[in-house]
Amino acid sequence: MQTTVTVGLGSCGVAAGAGKTYQKISAIRDAEHLDFILKKTSCIGMCYREPLVEVTDETGTYLYGDIDEEKALELIEKHINQHSPIREWVVQTDLFEASENDFAASQVKIALRNCGFIDPESIDEYEARRGYEAIRQIAASGTTREDVIQTVLDSGLRGRGGGGFPTGLKWRFAAGNASPEKYIICNADEGDPGAFMDRSLLEGDPHAVIEGMIIAAFAIGASGGVIYCRAEYPLAIKRLNIALEQARQKKYLGQQILGIEGFNFDVYIKEGAGAFVCGEETALIASVEGERGMPRKRPPFPAASGLWKKPTNINNVETFANIPWIILNGAAEYAKYGTEKSKGTKVFALAGKIKRSGLVEVPMGISIRDIIFKLGGGIQHDKKFKAVQLGGPSGGCIPEYLADTLVDYDSVNATGAIMGSGGMVVMDETTCMIDVAKFFLDFTQKESCGKCTFCRIGTKRMLEILTRITEGNGKEGDIELLEELAYQIKDNSLCGLGQTAPNPVLTTIRYFRDEYEAHINHKKCPAKVCKTLLTYEVIPDMCTGCMVCAKNCPVNAIDGERKQVHFIRQEDCIRCGDCFTRCKFEAIRVF
Amino acid sequence: MRITRITKPAEVQEVSVPDLSLLDPLITKYKGKKGNLIPLLQGTQELFGFIPAAAFEKISERTGIRLSDMYGVATFYAQFRLKPVGKHIIKVCHGTACHVQNANAITDSLKEALGVADGETTPDGLFTLESVACLGCCSLAPVMMIGSETYGKLTGGQAVKIVKNIRIQESN
Repeated sequence: MQTTVTVGLGSCGVAAGAGKTYQKISAIRDAEHLDFILKKTSCIGMCYREPLVEVTDETGTYLYGDIDEEKALELIEKHINQHSPIREWVVQTDLFEASENDFAASQVKIALRNCGFIDPESIDEYEARRGYEAIRQIAASGTTREDVIQTVLDSGLRGRGGGGFPTGLKWRFAAGNASPEKYIICNADEGDPGAFMDRSLLEGDPHAVIEGMIIAAFAIGASGGVIYCRAEYPLAIKRLNIALEQARQKKYLGQQILGIEGFNFDVYIKEGAGAFVCGEETALIASVEGERGMPRKRPPFPAASGLWKKPTNINNVETFANIPWIILNGAAEYAKYGTEKSKGTKVFALAGKIKRSGLVEVPMGISIRDIIFKLGGGIQHDKKFKAVQLGGPSGGCIPEYLADTLVDYDSVNATGAIMGSGGMVVMDETTCMIDVAKFFLDFTQKESCGKCTFCRIGTKRMLEILTRITEGNGKEGDIELLEELAYQIKDNSLCGLGQTAPNPVLTTIRYFRDEYEAHINHKKCPAKVCKTLLTYEVIPDMCTGCMVCAKNCPVNAIDGERKQVHFIRQEDCIRCGDCFTRCKFEAIRVF
Repeated sequence: MRITRITKPAEVQEVSVPDLSLLDPLITKYKGKKGNLIPLLQGTQELFGFIPAAAFEKISERTGIRLSDMYGVATFYAQFRLKPVGKHIIKVCHGTACHVQNANAITDSLKEALGVADGETTPDGLFTLESVACLGCCSLAPVMMIGSETYGKLTGGQAVKIVKNIRIQESN
């Protein structure tokens, strides 16, 4: 058997230098005429150990982590030339205990079934892993549209973009509206800061998304498809374009697809121009039509009157990626995973202060604690786990004591957060919850399209209140005022953006009220984040008088002679923290 | 302050008149097509790096799209720029993951080093400093992107150093 070397070239990997690693390996192979197959794949999910290189030889598969150009050289020399794997660099393998073996253990990969296994730019590799078999099966067996919809309904699949609406039901609505012209839209406008699963899917397995769209088009009788993708994802767009062209050549797209009478369908990519509100269905449609992406009143729902006023079905990337698997393996097989009301698996993007940040796919119903500690490996530098933010700017913060909450739509909603698209940002004791709430509100306030007064002005007022709290000017009654505004914004906004924008504030008030009170009443930031509320002081017993802090203080606010205890003049201190980070003797105290 | 020495003295920026004939193929391609406004603007920005006022006028004249509609769309989306940008665009990620890993420190240091505010271009036209929502490299937070190069796990000091190096390369 010929040895295969595969390099993970997703965006994360490329950013970590995987492109250079690939070139290096390629150069050595050519220069030394080595006999191995060099392949590219996309995100393997283990972003925290990028660049990742997988070597498969006659003994098995070895996944190596942190392989830069230099290490690549050694890896090829030892593993390929001398046939001796470098065990201590292996992060995952079936052959022996490796550092990250348990990262893969509790995952169930359905949506990500091909990510990291195939070259996303090769339709043959996708087909080799049962790609396009689902739509071929439908064509060959004479499955009806209703059968397909019933299967999706039975699988219990719910919208993975965050809404959680049953996908089959959505399809049935669109199928039920008779029209010669219907559309399928794939929402790939992944706007949540801190979420990157759609990007990884599009980069890693674009054909799965396209096949899902083809099946949806068959089910509802659509002839046109649009993938609305963020312009910030150039690699995803490039790979989608390649995949679409390949699918057209193989006649999975075009006229009379696979001989199905009257089934004509093609897809084009529409680059989003950067507006978070376009995640909302009606705003997204306006944007595809070339207008300002502002939502409109519903009904009529897109299933009745959507793109160009024709029946339209919109699903998220991950939802589509699940569809071919469900058709192939059956609804019951999918529904085997998950809880009573949330079936199947969900992809999460782990980020923030977690040891293993990356992409994981887990069955619904796993606890948040298991995701963070078993899969995520716990908190960076073993600090104290404080909260986890779920659902991006529309979601909320779940505190440590609720970490046993199970991940399913209803349990997460009960905490005040939402499942959202699956961004999971972990926070430790050094994260200020008011600062986090302010961050999200700053985001939604900027992204509010301005149509609804409460969303446009209300979020701005809330942001002002939060800003004054973090600057030490909080007043008695501010918390109540925030709550009052929050409920008014939720009740009086047309679309999801406004209806959920106050969630980060409401959940942090609910679970971290004491932190708000510390800011307002005692003018202190317990997490030591809000600059204006901090005081820096020299601990006299620890100070050696090395003068490093005094020399580097940008405002010359530190007095003291060599070998004498230094002193920070509070009236001049701008609280930049420079002295704190520079002091080698831990002689600066912050409180 | 300390780091400002890397900022060159302001030079008078030459405002060149864009060659509007470059727009012709774009207009021919999209004229009369429904939903064409955003692709037209995206294409224009790709040509010039921003959307010059004269381009608005030309597209409006040739396609019949009202100027007000174009301006409305151009100002709605974050992608569109109405002012010329620097040779290097520094995109500092302010996604959630980067925020909790102190992305503000990166922006603050760069602001100080370059002597510009967020969204502005240095007087010599070399750098534009921008904050972006999420570059999707959350595991490398905090992250910034210059051109197609992404730099991860940064501190303010490192970010300034990277920019400084580019400036040195440019002056050679």
